[in-house]
Amino acid sequence: MEANITTNKLSARFSDSIIETHSHRGDETLVVRKQDIQDICQFLRDDTELLYNFMMDLTAVDYLGQEPRFEVVYHLYSLAFNRRIRIKTRVSESDCSVDSIVSLWPSANWFEREVYDLYGITFKGHPELRRILLYEDFQGHPLRKDYPIKKRQPLIGPNC
Amino acid sequence: MVADLIESIVKILFIFGVNIGFFSPILGWVERKQSALMQDRVGANRADIFGYTLIGLFHPIADAIKVLTKEDFIPDGADRLIHTLAPFISLTPAIVAFAVIPFGGQYELFGHRVNLIIADLDVGLLFVFAFASLASFGAVLAGWSSNNNWSFLGGLRASAQMLSYEVVMGLNIIGVIMVYGTLRLSEIGAMQVNFFDWGIFLQPVGFVLFFTCAIAENKRAPFDVAEAESELVAGYFTEYSGLKFVMFWMGEFLEIVTIGGLVTTMFFGAWHLPFVSDQMLLNFFRFAGPNGAAILAILVNIITFFTKVIFFIWLQMTIRWTLPRFRYDQVMRLGWKMFLPIALINIFITGLVILVK
Amino acid sequence: MSDTAKDLHSEYMVINMGPSHPVTHGTVKFLLTLEGETIIDMKVDIGYLHRGFEKMCENGTWEQVIPYTDRLNYVSPLINNVGYALAVEKLIGIEAPQRCQYIRVIASELARISDHYTNVAASGLELGAFTAFLYFVEARELIWDLIEMLCGARVTANYVRIGGLKNDLPDGFKTKSRDVFKRCRELWADVDKLLTKNRIFIDRVRNVGVMPPEDAIAWGFTGPCLRACGIPYDVRKFHPYLVYDQMDFEVPVGETGDNFDRYLVRMEEINQSMRIVEQALDKMPTGPVNVDMPEYRWQSKDDISNRIESMIFHFKTVTEGIKPPAGEIYSAVEGANGELGFYLVSDGSGKPYKCRVRPPCFPLTAAMPKMVRGSFIADIIPTFDMINMIGGECDR
Repeated sequence: MEANITTNKLSARFSDSIIETHSHRGDETLVVRKQDIQDICQFLRDDTELLYNFMMDLTAVDYLGQEPRFEVVYHLYSLAFNRRIRIKTRVSESDCSVDSIVSLWPSANWFEREVYDLYGITFKGHPELRRILLYEDFQGHPLRKDYPIKKRQPLIGPNC
Repeated sequence: MVADLIESIVKILFIFGVNIGFFSPILGWVERKQSALMQDRVGANRADIFGYTLIGLFHPIADAIKVLTKEDFIPDGADRLIHTLAPFISLTPAIVAFAVIPFGGQYELFGHRVNLIIADLDVGLLFVFAFASLASFGAVLAGWSSNNNWSFLGGLRASAQMLSYEVVMGLNIIGVIMVYGTLRLSEIGAMQVNFFDWGIFLQPVGFVLFFTCAIAENKRAPFDVAEAESELVAGYFTEYSGLKFVMFWMGEFLEIVTIGGLVTTMFFGAWHLPFVSDQMLLNFFRFAGPNGAAILAILVNIITFFTKVIFFIWLQMTIRWTLPRFRYDQVMRLGWKMFLPIALINIFITGLVILVK
Repeated sequence: MSDTAKDLHSEYMVINMGPSHPVTHGTVKFLLTLEGETIIDMKVDIGYLHRGFEKMCENGTWEQVIPYTDRLNYVSPLINNVGYALAVEKLIGIEAPQRCQYIRVIASELARISDHYTNVAASGLELGAFTAFLYFVEARELIWDLIEMLCGARVTANYVRIGGLKNDLPDGFKTKSRDVFKRCRELWADVDKLLTKNRIFIDRVRNVGVMPPEDAIAWGFTGPCLRACGIPYDVRKFHPYLVYDQMDFEVPVGETGDNFDRYLVRMEEINQSMRIVEQALDKMPTGPVNVDMPEYRWQSKDDISNRIESMIFHFKTVTEGIKPPAGEIYSAVEGANGELGFYLVSDGSGKPYKCRVRPPCFPLTAAMPKMVRGSFIADIIPTFDMINMIGGECDR
């Protein structure tokens, strides 16, 4: 089946690093080991039968109470074959970092900054990892599930 | 002697009244209304006195009251003296330049020879140019003294643009001077009695270039890079408020009038109606006696002249509301690489034609 | 370099463009390093309009997200509504009735037209063509009249529901839309005359903000900006959703990927969107607009009053929210700016566990420094206008 080409090729190439796969509602999903994310992305982008040239979306989900706690989610799209794939990698709270893919797709730059800003996950090798949507003095990472919705931030500015 | 003095005072009051009292407030209204017409809008119609809005004509009054009651703001770190001086430097040349523009011919009135021009200088055109170049100081000093980066960039742009376009404008004028052989604007006007001696027929290229350069010199769209509101906030007058801001504004409007006057004088027969000389007017009004005829002729002259001026004001406004803005380097390229060579070729061809004749 | 040049004291000018500057509509800050008029470097700071969209969504029910989506891209809110509703429907595994799908297509295309009007008009305005701006604002008013007729609001539409619509198409919509489109086409022709062949306008936008196709892909461009590079990627064609596969329309593409191509692509898309709306109105089938699944979509008022199941489910969905089965999906629609994706995670409860929006203008804004570096400060204006950054969507 054509939709499974990606999964098959990846399984053949990175058999050790794929933790699980599913295709809920037709969305191909692969959960991969954290340390291989850069290689896998490079393979997906450059392999002539895959050519996932768009890095459409990059985000994270906080599964509070699970271990590892976070999932970083990559949505890739192949223009040549009109295929989408979702790559996920799990990040634990104790080692809250993952390799940056900015070197592969410049578009990942701001998406990774956003994930860092809102979830506190650091990206190793990112050229300029600082907050993007929030201000520098913001305390905490608001999209973590343990960030209280009514939390007040300290006032900042020259008159405080 | 006394008659001369009275004549001068009347003329100065007349031109001053027309410019400051009529044109500068009314042009604000005209600009609003004309842009509204062009853009399918209603335009200014809110200010009213006892419920009468008079198609928005009260807006200049409301503006004046608003402006006079505004805080006169000088930013921190600005050069207070120059900051205050700049709008005056910008406004004065616009008012003064009109002194050498004739708005009528010469008539015998009560045994006194009346020349319908405030100062009939033999270097009239040079005088206009001298003052036009002074006006650029206003923009530059305003931009520099405001202690604001945007103002500064605007001032830089203004100085570069005005200097370059003055060169081209000056070269355009040379064609006109060669044709009429004088710098005195009243003589240039007087020479255009014959309809086919109008500058537009003798110097068509010169007219187009001069008009374009004059708009550029006045920094109005499409040449308003110095105050390009989307790039430089408001350019060199970003930090001005109240009356000082309005002085820049008035300066711009008065320059529109001056440009209209200059174009009319040099290219569109000055105060002459087509095919009608001053003598024909006097003969036509013979029934009113010599003095009455002169007065009526003067009136016809003035009305003709200002009708033409108003037409060119309208033309400038239409251009301003139709075209988008140039980029700074494109303005420069247009000035130096397009207009300057064309102006030089124009001089050359004019010279050849004069030589052959 | 001569000694004089070395001795001459000169330094770069560092200047803040924004967050409150006429060109940075949508509130964004450009930190410019200038050498004269030339941009040496640029840093973009966004986030001034950040409202915590995702956090808000995670703390409301699935239905309560819809008004929030109005505020994402606030010049084309209906597309956001449709995109979100489609995503949740995909998560549940249901499909809206045919008539609903046609009306959603009409809604999306009206929103796209109004967005492109705003965008083209605003870029004209900022380049000094005020008249073109007001012509398109008039056209946009007419489109908004149609949207108002459709859903009662002009901007914050809140029209599409999960599994249906707030209401059916009103009477006389077809007649009214024909009149509106007639006038809109006249205005389109006026603006076309004022801008498309205007030498000054072309000079300002031609070869400015150029993005080669391969760079555009790498930077995550989608929508009109990507199509301007010559890549015909349009979600409506590549992953047809709703009834777009039954519509006859073309996807305009550019050649060079500069601002002029972006402008032309948008101008042509206005025409194509009008075509789609007209076709959808002609082909519109009759039937219900809401799915008959009381656990996901409220039944009619009459049913709720008279049928016990409807009443129970109405009570349950209002108090607890609808409960899509656990799972995760990514669903994309063609937003006005590009691919508008929703990544939803459900844990089976009444609240979204995660509601991520893939904002199309976010990667476009990120590429601003690349597009303007080395050009003039005045080139920021057309480039920034043509990427059509919408603060509500970019900052969420």
